[in-house]
Formats: sequence, structure tokens, C-alpha cells
Amino acid sequence: MQKSLHIDASKCTDCLQCEMACSYENYGIFNIAKSRIKVFNFEHEGRKVPYTCTQCAEAWCMHACPVDAIRLDAATGAKVVFEDTCVGCKVCTIACPFGTVNYVADTGKVQKCDLCGGDPACATACPTGAITYIDADWTGLDKMRQWAAKTDLAATA
Amino acid sequence: MGWNRKILRVDLTHGTCKAEPLNMEWAQEYLGQRGLATKYLVEEVNPKADPLSPENKLIMATGPLTGTMASTGGRYSVITKSPLTGAVACSNSGGYFGAELKFAGWDMIIFEGKSPKPVYLSIENDKAELKDASHLWGKTVWDTEEIIKKSHQDPQIRVSSIGRAGENGVLYACIVNDLHRAAGRSGVGTVMGSKNLKAVAIRGTKGVSGIKDFKAFMTATTAAKKVLADNAVTGQALPTYGTQVLMNVINEIGASPTRNSRDVQFEGARKISAEAMHEPRASDGKPNLIGNQACFGCTIACGRTSKMDKTHFSVVNSPKYWGATGGLEYESAWALGNNTGVDDLEALTFAQIICNEDGMDPISLGGTISAAMELFEEGVLTEEMIGLKAPFGSAEGLIELCKMTAEGRGFGKELALGSRRLCDKYGRPEFSMTVKSQEYPAYDPRGIQGMGLTYATSNRGGCHLRSYTVASEVLGIPVKTDPLVTEGKPGLVKAFQDATAAFDSAGICIFTSFAWTLADVAPQVDAACEGDWSVERLAEIGERIWNMERMFNNAAGFTAKDDDLPKRLKTEPAKTGPAKGLVSGIDKMKPEYYDLRGWDQSGVPSKETLDRLGL
Repeated sequence: MQKSLHIDASKCTDCLQCEMACSYENYGIFNIAKSRIKVFNFEHEGRKVPYTCTQCAEAWCMHACPVDAIRLDAATGAKVVFEDTCVGCKVCTIACPFGTVNYVADTGKVQKCDLCGGDPACATACPTGAITYIDADWTGLDKMRQWAAKTDLAATA
Repeated sequence: MGWNRKILRVDLTHGTCKAEPLNMEWAQEYLGQRGLATKYLVEEVNPKADPLSPENKLIMATGPLTGTMASTGGRYSVITKSPLTGAVACSNSGGYFGAELKFAGWDMIIFEGKSPKPVYLSIENDKAELKDASHLWGKTVWDTEEIIKKSHQDPQIRVSSIGRAGENGVLYACIVNDLHRAAGRSGVGTVMGSKNLKAVAIRGTKGVSGIKDFKAFMTATTAAKKVLADNAVTGQALPTYGTQVLMNVINEIGASPTRNSRDVQFEGARKISAEAMHEPRASDGKPNLIGNQACFGCTIACGRTSKMDKTHFSVVNSPKYWGATGGLEYESAWALGNNTGVDDLEALTFAQIICNEDGMDPISLGGTISAAMELFEEGVLTEEMIGLKAPFGSAEGLIELCKMTAEGRGFGKELALGSRRLCDKYGRPEFSMTVKSQEYPAYDPRGIQGMGLTYATSNRGGCHLRSYTVASEVLGIPVKTDPLVTEGKPGLVKAFQDATAAFDSAGICIFTSFAWTLADVAPQVDAACEGDWSVERLAEIGERIWNMERMFNNAAGFTAKDDDLPKRLKTEPAKTGPAKGLVSGIDKMKPEYYDLRGWDQSGVPSKETLDRLGL
């Protein structure tokens, strides 16, 4: 069964544990500047939104790459950057409509979420359940359950 | 390890920024943040210095856990000599600024001297420079933050700044970071203003790599987070209700100082409580509270986010306040509410907005306004003198007085002095509810006896955050004690004071101590920092810090007679509630406390005590 990251922004508190976990997983240090997931705080609206790659099926970044440095991990569905191949041309950062592939000046390569090989550190670190890693075919299950719970049995009887 | 081992020293007089190594011997003895920065202060600043002169220094300091995955590991403190109290000032703030300072590669910033013109400090990793702030002078905290981010074209910059209160010499001005978080007490923002320093803007992209043992650190922090999540206070009460969860609780036990401590219970408490923030308003059917907000790394998330009622008199003509903003915390709700007799939730929310926007400590502001209201009710101050009618309970009066103070307008210039100077000036010193000239907060020592000793002996003047015995006396953490008796409280206060000083020096939030003891903190510090960090060692560091602060205050001229409470708390019994008939038993507790501390009866640490602590 394939899984996917699922984000429920209403549960996010902007604590940034996800960003630190991401940087620790990938770089071995705590550094939110290196995180592949970012939390956006719309202060005047009181909304906090964690945002990262959705692993598009027909991924623009993957198709745009001229050297095939972004490849599908069949096990997880993640589109993974192979740093040895990446030439840092940044075409993928232009191709991605969502901005979730970014260039890293220190390495001269791009980086994006790779689902940590199937055990995403951000989801493990999230203290509120705003980020979860669930059945890719049923990301709508929670919402369905909420609406189902509103069904008025008395009225339909 | 844990530390970046690097200090930024900013000479404001000459406009220079210099890197220097952190004194690692001191780090082993004082850990970081509160302890370590206070060590620098006592070594470098004359205790007799005028707090608002160039001779005073202002230190912004992180702890070894700041900027890490330790829960609540985003704290920083501002240490200086206070213009409000004349004692050591140490104010702690969350938000994101502290972690950003750490990510830029620094442990602390020491500001010295005074800039000839308004400046702000810009830090981008190793690069630090003073920039002209003449265009920012006169601006609020919120405008300052926005202008800096825009001019640097970098929304990821984190800013700490003063508002108009700090520029105008309000003696209890804060330094506000990330819009709604503040190094709040004792006028640290006033010192910043006196140095012509408007703001500090930081972008740090280096991260924290200096952890002694990352694997052990992840194990320790993960275990500690579980302790917070499983605890009723940190796992449920604080996320759901915020600190405002205390409003009804403290009022019911008869320990809510009301109308300048004339009463101990406020009939309007329920209307301004956490529960009320959740209820739909009559006007628009929406609740005041819209959600919660964490500080950096915090898995508790007690912070409130609120939206004002657009039709409320305070904002009806000001759409800029209609969006989401920082919601009421317990201390501000109490100080601006119970203390002034105002039971209008929206008015209190707006009064707190003014405090955040222009950088004022709501506890001292509320305490000063409540003293002014009592002076008004007693006929000492008149409508002509104040410029408006200011009886207890007037929401309109409260809002206008808050604005006048922030803007340095009319009678606001007198409110800016704090209640002790105000009441002295008008010949009624007994109306100032202060310890060492600082307004005490939301727990009446007649109903929670341990808090009387807490206030009286606090090294920064009236304050609950030096030994929060409410945890034991009301919430039963770590063990339940009777709030109405004095027996056992000196030992309780000492233990809380020492442990708190260690928490405050580590880079974490004191609210974790509802669930954590030093036994939860030690493994996290030990995995992060070189050296062996046991519970005993952290407690000893706490005690060392406490005595160091005390020695600074003694050298500044404080004596045992300053370890006292306002007369009202000792002579006017509580009128209602469980504490009815009681006054504070401070005089019974103090001698025993001095004994336990290893101090003589004039409050001076003995030679043995100082030797034992290596002071």
C-alpha cells in the first residue's frame, strides 16, 4: 500500500518541530533553513499552513529535468533527487507550480521532499497530528468521517 | 557543545560589532541564558550604575537548548539592570527570535554604551552591522517589524524591537519579538530605548550543529515530549485554554487580587475567563478565540490567537485591528481586568493589543492604572488632573489610559513611571501594590501564602516567575500543599527558585515545569552539552545563580527591608472566599527562608554559602 503525507492545517500551531526534524533527517543538524517542509503563518488571519511536495504523479520537476536526476521511488511514490546526477540547472524549480523544489547554494544541487524513504520525519515529529502519513488512496477518509457523523438518522428513518 | 561558543559585542557609542569567544568556564558554572548572561552583567556592570545611562549594558542571551528539537527550545532572555526596580532585570521570551539568533551562530549579544542616533542591529549569520533607524523611530513594534522585513526583502527575518513606550521612557517597556511575544518585565525595553537601539533583526541559516550526542539527544527530547503530552496541564489544559485556564480557578480560591488588591475575588472573572473566550459573542455570534499558537519548538502551544469584535467601541473605527492577533493571557487579563475592575473581554483584548503593539508590560501597566483608579476614587486624583474619569470598572477609561501611556501623552507621562513613583508623588505610597517597585501579578498572597514569599524575595521585584508555588499550592505539582498556611513554604519557595533558575538558563520554557522536573531536563542538557549534567548539578547551578543575583542587588543597595510586601497585604484581611480573614504571613516565613538560604537575618549570604557555591 502506498502512503502519502497528509496535512490538516487546522491542527498546526507553527511550532516548527517538522522543519527541524526534516533538517535533522537530511543534514544531521537542526536548521529550519534547510527544511523541505515549510510552515506559513498568515498572522492576520490566524492560519498556519505546513506546505511541502505532494509527489505529483506526472511530476513537472521530473519531466523537466534534462539529466534525469529526479526519479520515481516506486516503493513510496516519491520523486527523489539524485544528487550525483543533478547539475544544479534549476529548471525543475521553475517547472514546479508549487515551489516545493528549491536550490541549495551550499551544495549546488536542488532539494525536495523524498518522504524520507517511507518514514517521513516531519510526520513523526508533529505533536498535533497536523502532519500524518496515511494510505495514499484514502486521504479523504477523515473528512468523509466528519461529514458522515453529521448524517441525521432520525430524519432519514 | 550546545553552545555556539560565540558572543557578539556591540559598542553602540562607537558603532562597532565584534565577535568574541564565549567564556566556557562560566558556561560550565552558569549553563546559559539567564545564568550565564547575569554572570557577564555582574562582571561588567557596576551595581550602582544608573540603569538608563550608557554605563548599563543590555544582554540578549540564548540557552544551550535554544534552537534545538527540545520542546519549547526557542527561548531567549534579556538581562540588564532595571530602571523600574534598580535590581537585576531578566526577562524571558518565546516566539522565534531566540532560535534565529542561535541559527545565525551566536549565543548572546552584549550591547554597551549609547548610540548617538537611533539605530537597529542587523545580523545575517556572521555578519553584524548597525544600521540607521531614524525612519523607524516613533513607529510601533508591528510597523517596525514590517518595515524591516520589507526593506531587507526577506520575510524570514526575525525581529525584536521596542515600540513607542520604550522610546518614551515608560519604565516598564518591553522588548517585543514576533509581534506578540515579549521580554516583558522590569523595563528591559526602556533600557533599549535609552541606548537609541530600536530593533534587532536576524536571519540565521547556519542552524545548530553543536550537539554532544545527537542520538542521545533525540532519545531524551522525544521522551520528554511524551511527558508533556501525557500531563493534564501541559497536554490538555494549556493547549485548550491557555494560561487563562487559571482565571476561574484562582478567583474561586479567593486569591485574585481585585481593584488594586482591595478584594480577593472578582465578580466579573467568569466574563473574562478562558471559558468566555471560547463562547460565541452576543454581538456577532463568533467566539473571541480563534486558535492557539506555539512558540518555536513548543509542543504545548498555550499561546492564544483572537479576533476582536468589530463593533466593540475600542476598534469600531479601526479596521486594522479586525484581523487575527495575540489573544489574552492570564496575567494580562487579570492585570488589566480584575485589577482595574473591568469585566469587558473585548476591552481587555484590545488593552493587551496596545501593550503588544507599543511594547508595554501589561502587569505593571495594569497595576499602575489600578493604583491611579484608587487614587481617583479616593479623590486624590481628579478628572481634571487625569483628563478623564477613571473609576474602577471603566473600560473606556482603561483603554484611553493605556493609549496615553504608550504615546507619552498627558497623564500617560505619569502612568509611565509605575505605581510606586506615582503613589509616592501623590502622597499615598500604600496604594502601590509593588515589591521593589515592581507590580506583583495575579495571585493574592493572602489566599496563596507561598506567593507572598515569592514576591518578597524575587530578585527582580514583584513577580510570579521566580518561584511559581501556585503549582504546588493550587494545582498539586509536584505535591499538593495548603495555600492558606505558611508552614513549609520557605523550603518550597527556595526549591522552586533554584529549579526555575536552572530551567531559565537552559533555553526552555518554565511552563514545561508543570510536567517536567529537573530529572526530565538533565538528560536533555547532558546530551547537548559537554560535561556531566545531573539533577544535583542543575539544582546547584540554580542556587548559584540565585545567590549571584542577590549579591548584585545587595551591592546595588537593596537590604532585607526591601524583601517585603505592601502594607495592605499584611494588615487588610481578605474579605471573602476561602482566605477570608487572612493576611499574608510574610513576616513568619522570611526568617526561616533566610536560614534555609544560608543567609544572615539581614539577607546577606554567609561566607560559607558563597564558598560552597563558588561565588
